[in-house]
Amino acid sequence: MENVGAPLLELKNIKKDFFGNQVLMDINLTVHEGEVIGLVGENGAGKSTLMKIVFGADVIRETGGYGGDIVLNGEKVIFNTPFDALNAGIGMVHQEFSLIPGFSTTENILLNREPQKKNVIAEVFGQRMSTLDRAEMNQKADEAIAKLGIRIDTDMLIKDMPVGHKQFTEIARELSKENIKLLILDEPTAVLTEKEAEILLEAIRGMAQRGIAVIFITHRLQEILNICNRVVIMRDGCLVQDVKAAETSEAEITKAMVGRNVVKGEKDAIRNFDSGESREILQVKRLWVDMPGETVRDVSFDVKEGEILGIGGLAGQGKLGIPNGIMGLYEAGGTVIFDGKEIPLNNPRRCLDASIAFVSEDRRGVGLLLDEALGWNIAFPAMQIQEKFLRRYLGGLIKWRDEKAIEDVTNKYIEELAIKCTGTKQKAKELSGGNQQKICLAKAFALEPRLLFVSEPTRGIDVGAKALVLSALKRFNRESGTTVVMISSELEELRSTCDRIAIVSGGKIAKIISAETSSEVFGALMVSQVR
Amino acid sequence: MSEKKKKQRVSPAEVLRNNTVPLMFIVICAICIPLSGFSPSYLFNEIVTRIGRNTFLILSLLIPIMAGMGLNFGMTLGAMAGEIGLILVCDWQIVGIPAMVLAVIISLPIAVLLGWFCGTILNMAKGREMITSYIMSFFMNGIYQLVVLYMMGSIIPIRHSNIKLPRGYGIRNTVSLLRMRQKLDKLIPLKIFGADIPVMTFIIIALLCFFIIWFRKTKLGQDMRAVGQDMEVAKDAGINVERTRIISIVISTILADIGMVIYLQNMGNFATYSSHSQIGMFCIAALLVGGASVDRASIGNVFLGVTLFHMMFIVAPAAGAKITGDSMIGEYFRVFASYAVITIALVMYETKKRRARSATGQQLALEQQREQEAA
Repeated sequence: MENVGAPLLELKNIKKDFFGNQVLMDINLTVHEGEVIGLVGENGAGKSTLMKIVFGADVIRETGGYGGDIVLNGEKVIFNTPFDALNAGIGMVHQEFSLIPGFSTTENILLNREPQKKNVIAEVFGQRMSTLDRAEMNQKADEAIAKLGIRIDTDMLIKDMPVGHKQFTEIARELSKENIKLLILDEPTAVLTEKEAEILLEAIRGMAQRGIAVIFITHRLQEILNICNRVVIMRDGCLVQDVKAAETSEAEITKAMVGRNVVKGEKDAIRNFDSGESREILQVKRLWVDMPGETVRDVSFDVKEGEILGIGGLAGQGKLGIPNGIMGLYEAGGTVIFDGKEIPLNNPRRCLDASIAFVSEDRRGVGLLLDEALGWNIAFPAMQIQEKFLRRYLGGLIKWRDEKAIEDVTNKYIEELAIKCTGTKQKAKELSGGNQQKICLAKAFALEPRLLFVSEPTRGIDVGAKALVLSALKRFNRESGTTVVMISSELEELRSTCDRIAIVSGGKIAKIISAETSSEVFGALMVSQVR
Repeated sequence: MSEKKKKQRVSPAEVLRNNTVPLMFIVICAICIPLSGFSPSYLFNEIVTRIGRNTFLILSLLIPIMAGMGLNFGMTLGAMAGEIGLILVCDWQIVGIPAMVLAVIISLPIAVLLGWFCGTILNMAKGREMITSYIMSFFMNGIYQLVVLYMMGSIIPIRHSNIKLPRGYGIRNTVSLLRMRQKLDKLIPLKIFGADIPVMTFIIIALLCFFIIWFRKTKLGQDMRAVGQDMEVAKDAGINVERTRIISIVISTILADIGMVIYLQNMGNFATYSSHSQIGMFCIAALLVGGASVDRASIGNVFLGVTLFHMMFIVAPAAGAKITGDSMIGEYFRVFASYAVITIALVMYETKKRRARSATGQQLALEQQREQEAA
C-alpha cells in the first residue's frame, strides 16, 4: 500500500556509532520520486556509512545497528541485509566493481537473476538444474543497456573491457531490476573519462524522468551542479547543508565541506625552504605505482632537506601509493634520486640502506610485530638494517642482541612519546591504536633516518593521541634535522604540521603549495581534475 | 573496440608458454615411439583400451575446477567408495554388468557422504583447497583401511575366503574381478584394425561429456562458474557460495566413484590398499598433460591428456629398456613424470598469476610514455 504524495524515502534522526565513536549524528534526509540528490563531503564525513545504513549493509548490523528510522513510501522499514533493500527497490553501485571478470556483460547484468528454461531434470533435482535462457538474457541485458542510453558489446568479457564500460555494466545491472525505485551511485564518475561521465550524467537524467530517484556521491562538484536537484553536504558526521542545486555554487559547497572548526595544535611558523640555501634531498621523477585502489600516474616532485612535506588528497586518489611505491612495497617505475644517488625501485632494502624510513598506514599488518615485546618492535629494524643494539664476539662472527641497549632505547621512547604501557616487555598487540602508532614512530626514529615517510599517522586514533603524535613528529624533524614526508587524509592536520603541501588528485599531483594557503584553495585542488 | 582486438592477438611465444606441458609430452612421445619399436597397430590397441579405462575418472575432475576449487585430489574418496562397492559385490558372487551396477548403487551413498564431508571441510579452507583435499585423501585412506582391514569380516559380513585374509577378517591385498573383467568394454563387440573397441564404455564417456556440456548451461553450472571466479561478488549477488561449492565436490566424488568401477572392470583386479591413492595422482597428471591448469580445464584437455600420458606410459618402459637395458627405468620414469608434471603445472600457474600482476604495472608505464610522446 503506497501513500500517495509521501516521499519515496525519509531518513529520520539517523545515528550511528562504531564502538562509542560517533560517526553520524541526527541525519534527516528526504528523497522524492525522480529526484537527483548530490551527496558531498570530505573523507570520513559519514557519506558511505549513511549509504550503507540505507542499503542494509552487513557491517552496520555487525557493529550494533543504527539509531533513528528509515521510512520508505510512508512505512517504516528495517533492512537486515542488502537483499532486503534490493527487494524494496533500492539499488547501489559501489565504488569497487562487483563484477565477475570472466563473464560477459550480459551474464554480469543478470547475475543470479538469469531467466531459465524448465526441463525434466529440473523437476526432479530442483530449480538450479534448469538451463539458462540465453536469448531472453540477451534481450533483458539489451533493454537495461538501452535504458542507460549507451552501447556496450554484450558479449565482451568484463576483464577485456575499459574501466568505463565496467561501470556502465554495474549500473545496467541495477537498472535491469524491475522494481528499482532508488539508485545509490558511489563515485560513479571517478573512473570515467570526461566523455563517458557526460553519457552517465545524461543517463541519470533519463532515470530521473522515469521516476527513479538517484543519490549521487561524487567529488566532482560541477557534475552535481549540472544534474542534481538538491545538494546535501556532510561534515564530521553531521548534515550541514541541504540546498537546491540552483541556489549554490562550487565555491560555497567547497567552503561548507572543509570549513570546520578544528582545535589547532600549537602552530610553529611555516619555514620557507624555497631560498637557494636548502638543497633537494629527494627528487622523484615520472613515478608510477601500481597499488590497487591508490594508483599513481606520472608524479614528479622534490623534497627539500629539513622540511616537512605534506601529501594530501581524497581517498583512492593515489596519495598512499607514493610512499608505498618509493619504498618498494608495490610495483613502481620512474626515477627516484636520494641525496644525489639514484635509488632502485621495487627493492625495500635499498631504500632502508640509504637511510629512508617508512611508517606504514597499515600499522598492524606492515608496521608491527604484534606478538612481540615493545623493545623488540622498536629495535628490530635498527638491528636488521644498521646492526645497532648488537654485541659482537669473536671479531663479529657471533652477534648477540644487546638487551640492555634495547631496553634503554625503548624506555627513552616510552618516556618521550608518552606511550601508555606496562613496560618494555609488553606485547605490541595489547596496546591501543594510538600507542601502537607511537611504537611505529619510535621504531622509525630508532633508525635515525635522514628521510622519513609517515603515512596516515593519525588514522584511527583519538584526538589527544593525535596531537601527541604530530608534535612528536615535528620535534623529531626539528631536533634531529630529519626530512619528513607526511601523507594524510586530514587537511587540517597537514596544515598545522607541514611546511609545504602537495595535493594529489586522480593519481597526479595537482599542485604543491605553502601550508599557509587557505583551506578553500586546498578544497578546490582536491576535487580538481588534473590533466 | 580496439581493446578487444589487442587481447585477441596472441604472440607465438605466448602460445608456446601456455602449452609447455603438452608440447613437452609430444616431444617425449615422438622420441620414444621409434625407440620402443612397437607396431602402430599395437600402439593403437593399447591407447584405445586405456582411453576407455581412464577417461571417465579424469572427467570427474572438471566440475570442481569450474567452481574454482582447483584440482580435486579428493577424488580419491570417490575411488575408495567404488572399491568398497566392488569388494561387496565380489563377495556376493554377482557377475557381469549387474555386478557393476550394484557396486555403483551400493557405493553411491558412501560417495555422496564423503563428498559432502570433503566439500564442508574445503569450505573452511578457502584458497587452500588443493593441499587440504590432498591431505584429506591421506586421512580418509586411514579410515578406508580401518573399514577394509579390520571391519570387513568382523563387523561387515564377508563370506568368501578367497578375498578374505587367512586370519578371518580383513581383505586380501589383491581382489580379483575376473567375473566382471571387461564385461562393459565388450558388451558391444567391435574390432577396428585388429583392436578391440570398448564401444559401450565410449558411449558412457560420451554421455558424461554431453552431461558436462549441458551442465555448464544450467543455472547451477553458471553459479559454479561465478563462484569459481569471484566468491565475494557471487555472494553479493545472492548465490549460496558454500552450498554451490559442496555440490561441485559431491558431483566430482560421485563421478570418481563410477569412474573407478569402470576403470577396475577393465583391469580385472585391484590392489585393495593402494590403487585409489595412485589413481588420483595419475588422473590429475593426465589432465595437466592435456594442457589444463588449476583454474581452467576443458573436455579437450581430458582427451589430449589421456592420450599423451598413456602413450608415454606405453612407450617409455620399452624405450628405456632399449637404451639402458633395464626395463625398470621406464617404470621409474612414469612415476617420476607424473609428479614432475604436477609440480611444473602448479609452478607455472603461480608464475602466470605473477606475470599478470606485473602486467598492470607495465600498462601504467606504457600509458605514461604514450602521454609524454603525445605532449
